[in-house]
Amino acid sequence: MTKIARRTLGLLSAASLLALTVTGAAAQDKKVIAVSIPAATHGWTGGVVYHAEQAEKEIEAAFPNIDVIVKTSPSATAQVSALEDLSAAQKLDALVILPFTSEELTGPVEQVKANGTFIAVVDRGLTDPSIQDLYVAGDNIAVGANTAKWLAEKLGNEGKIVVLRGIPTVIDDERIQGFTDVIKGTNIEIMDIQYANWNQDEAFKLMQDYLAKYPHIDAVWANDDDMLLGVLEAVKQSGRTEIKYALGGNGMKDVVKMVMDENPMTPISTPYPPSMIKSAIYMVAGQFNGQAPMRGNFKLDAPLITPQNADQFWYPDSPF
Amino acid sequence: MTSTATNIAGGEASRRIRWADMGPFIALAVVVLIGVLLNSSFMTGTNIANVVTRSAFIAIIAVGATFVISSGGLDLSVGSMMAFVTGIMILTMNRLEPSMGANAILVGAALGLIVGAICGLLNGLIVTVGKIEPFIATLGTMGIFRALITWMSDGGSIPIDRALRDPYKPVYFGNVLGIPVPVVITLAVVLVGAFVLYRTKFGRRCTASGSNADVARFSGVSVAKVRTMAFVIQGLCVAIAAICYIPRLGAATPTTGQLWELQVITAVVIGGTALRGGKARIWGTVAGALILEVIANLMVLSNMVSEYLVAAVQGVIIILAMLAHRFIK
Repeated sequence: MTKIARRTLGLLSAASLLALTVTGAAAQDKKVIAVSIPAATHGWTGGVVYHAEQAEKEIEAAFPNIDVIVKTSPSATAQVSALEDLSAAQKLDALVILPFTSEELTGPVEQVKANGTFIAVVDRGLTDPSIQDLYVAGDNIAVGANTAKWLAEKLGNEGKIVVLRGIPTVIDDERIQGFTDVIKGTNIEIMDIQYANWNQDEAFKLMQDYLAKYPHIDAVWANDDDMLLGVLEAVKQSGRTEIKYALGGNGMKDVVKMVMDENPMTPISTPYPPSMIKSAIYMVAGQFNGQAPMRGNFKLDAPLITPQNADQFWYPDSPF
Repeated sequence: MTSTATNIAGGEASRRIRWADMGPFIALAVVVLIGVLLNSSFMTGTNIANVVTRSAFIAIIAVGATFVISSGGLDLSVGSMMAFVTGIMILTMNRLEPSMGANAILVGAALGLIVGAICGLLNGLIVTVGKIEPFIATLGTMGIFRALITWMSDGGSIPIDRALRDPYKPVYFGNVLGIPVPVVITLAVVLVGAFVLYRTKFGRRCTASGSNADVARFSGVSVAKVRTMAFVIQGLCVAIAAICYIPRLGAATPTTGQLWELQVITAVVIGGTALRGGKARIWGTVAGALILEVIANLMVLSNMVSEYLVAAVQGVIIILAMLAHRFIK
């Protein structure tokens, strides 16, 4: 390499360094909100990604001084790495995170907070709640309990029902707990509860088996709308007519549509809206523009979705 | 047509091997017997029809896997590939429906077969030309296919057009002379598979490549070609399974076919095919697929097992079946 070439190269790299510092300085004026969420591996997380991306577009268009960075991760370990990358690359003014698991993410989020970042946690709370400045979550117990109350009333506190549960997690446990606690106070008999892993196919098979096992079923509850679709297919194919209700939960758009159309077997659902990520991003953005700071815990209720209010829970463009 | 037809060993040996080959069928009979004793609703026509129909997907894919495994390969990507092919087929059918009506199903199915064969070819070429261990190669494509279906569906689901649901429905829910259509399709696939494997030059080359690749090569067999072809057959089988699968729920999602690869490999191995290659038992594979589905069915029908322990009991039964197989030998 000749002397001139080497010098030019040195000059160039110096210039690029300078450019980097300048852009860095410019970025300093902008408030950065990092959003860390699970990758879209099934319907509900697909909805989370959709609503986070919508929020990014809307907020950046409305407030030019705010930069929203959405980062998706396929696993808890990947999410920890993503947090490290995000905080190494720039100063974060706020972090909105939907943690994969509470235990594994608590430490890494605490480290991000140590740099003076505002922490907003969505859905699954951290093991140490003092780390989070803002907490937005749905109510899984209410998802089960509200469905159970409605069902008990419609069945007149009598009848035989079967239940499909999801993947062994806190979310699943809470929904089942909310449901069974209400049913215990009635004469309704829960004949069976089995796992179908929040999967349509497995729910279809499990429902076929329930139908073979029990000659009389008054109602079915699948603790997630994805599974409900499999259940309905199995019931339809069996030609059984005694089943009065097949209910789900989660507010998946296909099921909300059924509620809107006043489907006799599925006249209600309960929301556990993936849009809660969007609510959290908006709340955080409020304090960087418009001085509307929000701190504290916000628990979204799970009111019944009925034909009357279904349009409020209907997101036709969302994948969920 | 049983595998013993190809056996040319002497009388004493062949009788012993015949017993060993019966292993999976004996295991199936035992599991069914347990079912009858446990619950009276097990033997009802509807339940049996449900279980046999449900096992069709795993059985069809496992026929392809019998080729891949006996030729010395392994395919972990089948579950994801199934989801990907399903997604492509539904998108095609929906796109063509306005102009072609119900014929869109035929075009979509044909395209599905082509895409399946190409996916299989891709796996095969990575393994043979790229000389990468099949485990790693197909682990890679498993991730690729799964990501593609997730991307195509934005993480949600790809439903089939309402207008196509009714004309397509009989492919899963219909029957021919009382036999469910998926079962008929499975039988056809198995018969063709058994013919190719036991009665053609390619079939013998397949097991030869799996039993000892060097010896096969010295005898003039193009091992790379045979193994690639086995992966293509696997791809076709996946596409056939996808064709039967779509009318069941009418949608493809990122969780479609999840972990099916493990069920498929289990079915093949329970059926008596050696995981290290060199030995293929197509009818055993079908028995293996049925055993898995019957066990799952029994877990729900019987009240003896806690819902938390179902997977453990299934694991124990599979290991017992394999041990019984070993001892009968």
